[in-house]
Amino acid sequence: MIWLGLDTANAPLSVALVRDGELLVELNSAMGLNHSAGAMPAVEQLFKRAGIKPADIDAIAVSEGPGSYTGVRIGVTIAKTLAWTLDKPLVGVSSLRVLASNVFTYGVTISPMIDARRGNVYAGLYRRQEDGTLKCLMEDRHMALSDLLDRLKKEGNPVVFVGEGARKNEEALREALGELGRRAHFTQDIPRASLLITEAQQAEPETVHSFVPEYRRITEAEANWQKANGEAREK
Amino acid sequence: MNDIHILGIETSCDETAASVVKNGREILSNVVASQIESQKRFGGVVPEVASRLHVEQITLVIEEAMEQAGLRPEDLDAVAVTEGPGLVGALLIGVNAAKAFAFANGLPIIGVHHIAGHVYANRLDGGMEFPLVALIISGGHTELVYMERDGRFELIGETRDDAAGEAYDKVARVLGLPYPGGPHIDRLAHEAQGTVEFPRARLEEGSFDFSFSGLKSAVINHVHNARQKGQEVDTASVAAGFQESVIDVVVEKTVRAAKEKGVRQVIAAGGVSANKGLRAALSEALEKEGIRFSVPPLNLCTDNAAMIAAAGTSMYEAGIRSDMALNGRPGMELLSWTMK
Ligand SMILES: [Zn+2]
Repeated sequence: MIWLGLDTANAPLSVALVRDGELLVELNSAMGLNHSAGAMPAVEQLFKRAGIKPADIDAIAVSEGPGSYTGVRIGVTIAKTLAWTLDKPLVGVSSLRVLASNVFTYGVTISPMIDARRGNVYAGLYRRQEDGTLKCLMEDRHMALSDLLDRLKKEGNPVVFVGEGARKNEEALREALGELGRRAHFTQDIPRASLLITEAQQAEPETVHSFVPEYRRITEAEANWQKANGEAREK
Repeated sequence: MNDIHILGIETSCDETAASVVKNGREILSNVVASQIESQKRFGGVVPEVASRLHVEQITLVIEEAMEQAGLRPEDLDAVAVTEGPGLVGALLIGVNAAKAFAFANGLPIIGVHHIAGHVYANRLDGGMEFPLVALIISGGHTELVYMERDGRFELIGETRDDAAGEAYDKVARVLGLPYPGGPHIDRLAHEAQGTVEFPRARLEEGSFDFSFSGLKSAVINHVHNARQKGQEVDTASVAAGFQESVIDVVVEKTVRAAKEKGVRQVIAAGGVSANKGLRAALSEALEKEGIRFSVPPLNLCTDNAAMIAAAGTSMYEAGIRSDMALNGRPGMELLSWTMK
């Protein structure tokens, strides 16, 4: 069974082909790539290196967000189009779960983090279990970094911070958690499509046509509209 | 000669569209999922909302277009997709879906300019006779293009500020008309008893450029002044005056361009070319000059993918190909392609 994995949820790009639990090819870049121009050439190169055709794959895994709205949409659009036209199952995996899967330490809280500006982050909390699987402790959400840190401080468990958001907010994390918090190695801050596939293998396939990103935030226009109309109703 | 079948994909603004066209002339399917209902409440197209809706619709629309055409991917010769101009986030949904589809099925991909698509919509209905002048008039564009022959474009005039359709929408909003405002203003202008005079922006002598922001401001000022004085605004006369000013300038410049270039045909394209007042005025003025005037039917005037497939077919025949690095280009310029 051959899986194609694709993560363009944030600045890094990762694409991989995995056959029966064995990595064939993985291409990773941490650079702020233009995914719209760069993702499909990477996919094309991936197949060329592996020496297989698009129709040879059996399933597709994609990072469904949260992250850069545009980045997530490019990955999801590519993945759902491939899955539909090749008639293969499609599995979406949280982009935060993919980051958390870079951490193999047991007994710690894994805190993957994507910066969302103005003191906010996209965050979820995970734990690596005895059987090797990742358990979700807190569902992915858009939140104030200070709220996340308060919660972690209160819980008092050792934490590993991972992801570009953790790098950007390194000082705040150290100040808030001190010895309790540790930073993952910098190589763990970028998502790996091969690990995305590992996570996807434990999840249910999506309905391809209706599959959309997990933005974890409504658009500003919708938020304003809801506010205006909510207020209008109250009057 | 073998038939050419091209799948067209268009997502440059608020329509998710796919179509299969045979030989650049015959529509086998033409599917459009419009976002107007979702965008109405915001009074215009919100880019982030548009992008989200495109992702929801894209594979459904392509599947529908392929099923209606009764073709399988291997029956296609290429995939043509709108490369630009348009909303960047919206464009790249179509571009990436098109690339993924083309890659999966081993098909060539061709990036098409949206305005070239609007012009080539006429290939699908009545045909194109060169040399011609095309007036592209919509919510995003007001342009005069000269085409000496197939695949050759020369931009001879464009708007320096608002697009005509944009001015229509803004005036409609001030008059309290629903979005999109164009059809409402058109209807009111026909019902009007009187006309409020507004200025004509002809710009400098000989220019084929347009400007609508001055007219828009004049209308808005008129309405605000009247309201401040507690006078009732005669919406219909304002709509009539506004429309008359737009039509006067557009018709004068289009006819002058056609005469100067000695063309056989004038083509109108884009959403505003559905405007009845504009159609009638252009048709009358060009008939006097003995120049053929064509406007495709409404479903080919507004954004659709059949027009992208039609332009893509001309490019395909000329040997034009893009590759997997094709990107959405929001500010793309209209470039010519040369026949082999
Ligand atoms: Zn258009």
